Amino acid sequence: MGHGPSTDWGEDKAIAYKTTLGLWLFLIYVLVYVGFIWINVASPKTMATIVFAGQNLAVVYGFGLIVLAFVMGIIYDIFCTNKEDELNKEDSDK
Amino acid sequence: MIYNASPFAVAIFVAFVLGVLWLSSYFAKKTTTSAGYYAAGGDIHWGVNGIAFAGDYLSAASFLGICGMIAFSGYDGFLYSIGYLAGWVVALFIVAEPMKRLGKYTFTDALNNKYNSRGIHLTAAISTLIVSICYLVPQMVGAGSLVTPLLGMPHYVGVILVGAIVIFIVATAGMASTTYVQFFKGGLLIIFSSVLTIAIFVHGIKTQPSEDYHKFQTINATVMNGEVTAIDSDAYRIAGAHQDAKGHYVKLNKEGVNTWWRLVEEDGNAYLDETLTVVNSKDGQVLYNGEPKEAQKFFQVGHVSKLIVDGEEVTETGSVSPFKFLTTVEESTVVRFGKVVFMDQGEKVQLWYQNPTSGQDIMRPGLRFKVDKGSTFMSKLDFVSLMIALFFGTSALPHILIRYYTVPSPKAARKSTILAIAAIGFFYVLTLFMGLGAMVNGVLDVQSSNMAGPLLAKFFGIALFSIISAIAFATVLGTVSGLIVAASGAVAHDLIANYLGIPLTDKGQVKAGKIAAVVVGVFAIALGILFKGINVSFLVGLAFAVAASANLPAILMMLFWKKTTAKGISASIIVGIISAMTIILLSPKTFEVYGLLPSSAPIAMNNPGIISIPLAFITLIVVSLMTQKDGVGTEEKRLT
Repeated sequence: MGHGPSTDWGEDKAIAYKTTLGLWLFLIYVLVYVGFIWINVASPKTMATIVFAGQNLAVVYGFGLIVLAFVMGIIYDIFCTNKEDELNKEDSDK
Repeated sequence: MIYNASPFAVAIFVAFVLGVLWLSSYFAKKTTTSAGYYAAGGDIHWGVNGIAFAGDYLSAASFLGICGMIAFSGYDGFLYSIGYLAGWVVALFIVAEPMKRLGKYTFTDALNNKYNSRGIHLTAAISTLIVSICYLVPQMVGAGSLVTPLLGMPHYVGVILVGAIVIFIVATAGMASTTYVQFFKGGLLIIFSSVLTIAIFVHGIKTQPSEDYHKFQTINATVMNGEVTAIDSDAYRIAGAHQDAKGHYVKLNKEGVNTWWRLVEEDGNAYLDETLTVVNSKDGQVLYNGEPKEAQKFFQVGHVSKLIVDGEEVTETGSVSPFKFLTTVEESTVVRFGKVVFMDQGEKVQLWYQNPTSGQDIMRPGLRFKVDKGSTFMSKLDFVSLMIALFFGTSALPHILIRYYTVPSPKAARKSTILAIAAIGFFYVLTLFMGLGAMVNGVLDVQSSNMAGPLLAKFFGIALFSIISAIAFATVLGTVSGLIVAASGAVAHDLIANYLGIPLTDKGQVKAGKIAAVVVGVFAIALGILFKGINVSFLVGLAFAVAASANLPAILMMLFWKKTTAKGISASIIVGIISAMTIILLSPKTFEVYGLLPSSAPIAMNNPGIISIPLAFITLIVVSLMTQKDGVGTEEKRLT
């Protein structure tokens, strides 16, 4: 049986751009995530340090990882959408 | 714990379930094609799909498990929230769009897009089935623990109820009804968790959480030669004692009722601290704090023993802001409960003792995962392994992956993932407040950490409790439906149609999927009853590890390494499943489940990810390099 997509859509010329951008953002997030694990393992007491608004590093870093995922997602979407509009529009103009 | 059902709670619950069934029947009429059954026709709006993602993902483990773990172990439970959410980054940046571009109904399709290999069909379908079942078991166990306080029914009734409703949903309408059930449930869960969190802030923290909260007693004691020889009370007499490495416990008798107390010695003073016990007596009776269940002597616990606000000790805080709530817990001392189990004159005693813990220790990792005090190299490795599995597991879960086929385009897949991150991230921030709220408000059932969230809701009124419990039950329904659709897709589409090559018409495929859904559902009911009492979050963590080991190396390498071959993918899936499952089955936690000593386990770690994920990657690379001459799946193309 066929293995095509369940619905059809136009050709997307921004795939390469989106893949590269995704990989870079992914790597940045991995570094921040690894930093969190590393502090917990190598210097757990550092996590008790008060860093912001009376909150310790564990809370700020933990909430930070959650918020960062969302913020990076929005950035990714804006760049991808712009590129898709730009490249795929050129295509339809031709 | 002893629970009484409330008619109001039952009414809300029944209304909820009927609503879900109505929704399902409504969409059943619209589902006639296989695209409709497996992928909801591929025309779900990304906004609906994004919230449905949240509905799929915020399973029993998230609402029941994480809240409970935070309530019992503080920040360590929140590590699950962080890991579960961080995993979505992999889904968004790496997996979402390619999965949508390459696949049709199942993740196997996407994986097999380049190769069209029978080997991949078989191994990926088996992996989907195994991961789905690993994930199904804790959901069913969670359903069972929910109905006990809600409806006052035994555990197995809950499991059968969930199984029956889900089989009905899935077998009637497939992915469309599952999506809308998830959408409503995910949305409601987030809304009512917010209400619950606001209630926590308005109520603030009190050293006496409620009027009827149990007042713990202490009795001064005289200790000679390591034995308690006298106590400062005429009402009680010493009836026995038990000492082990963890502590010294004394049995006191008052008017024929035996209770257990823990000896505490500090600053040259000795006193006995009241505990909670469940004793299986020799005549087969189960005694709660020394009396039969009907006497209702077993109480809920969890309170702040020393409440500090801005450096001053107080008895209540009044309403607090979110940040103030966290700093107050951090500065105060909270009474948590430690558990010991021992035999006393042929009777099994389960005892929970007061363990005052500084807020500083509660608000950072270390109470559950040994990364600081008492840590070893292996305990730290275990922690790292868990965080890796949570990170890589999300985007390898079959019921999450199939949701990429319900939206119309890769762009919609991306947007729905971002909405999912927003909704799920917001919910996970709430888990810290709900968990800590349960910890300090005297609502904990020491026998089941899974009930912390619903019981906290009960603290704020029966209405909130009924709604939250009904949503939690629907949470299980939704997640189980998604998993069963994924599993039935693996059987009907990947195994029967593609691997065995049995030609099925479009209607035939839907029929096969529905039959598979019923079989998998019945199997899940049986496992849910069998695994009663196993920690829900722990089991889900393991499902993540298996998914991350079996599926993720294959997905990543297929997308980013041109030399990947079909045999490499199949081999890495097999090695990933076998290595992850073997480590889990030989781990200390599983040995506890077998009833064996955890220390006798041959592998001193509970989380397999750090070994099994790299092993699957290495296997894929080695086997792919060895099978380069086959070309990229060209030899196997003829087999389908």
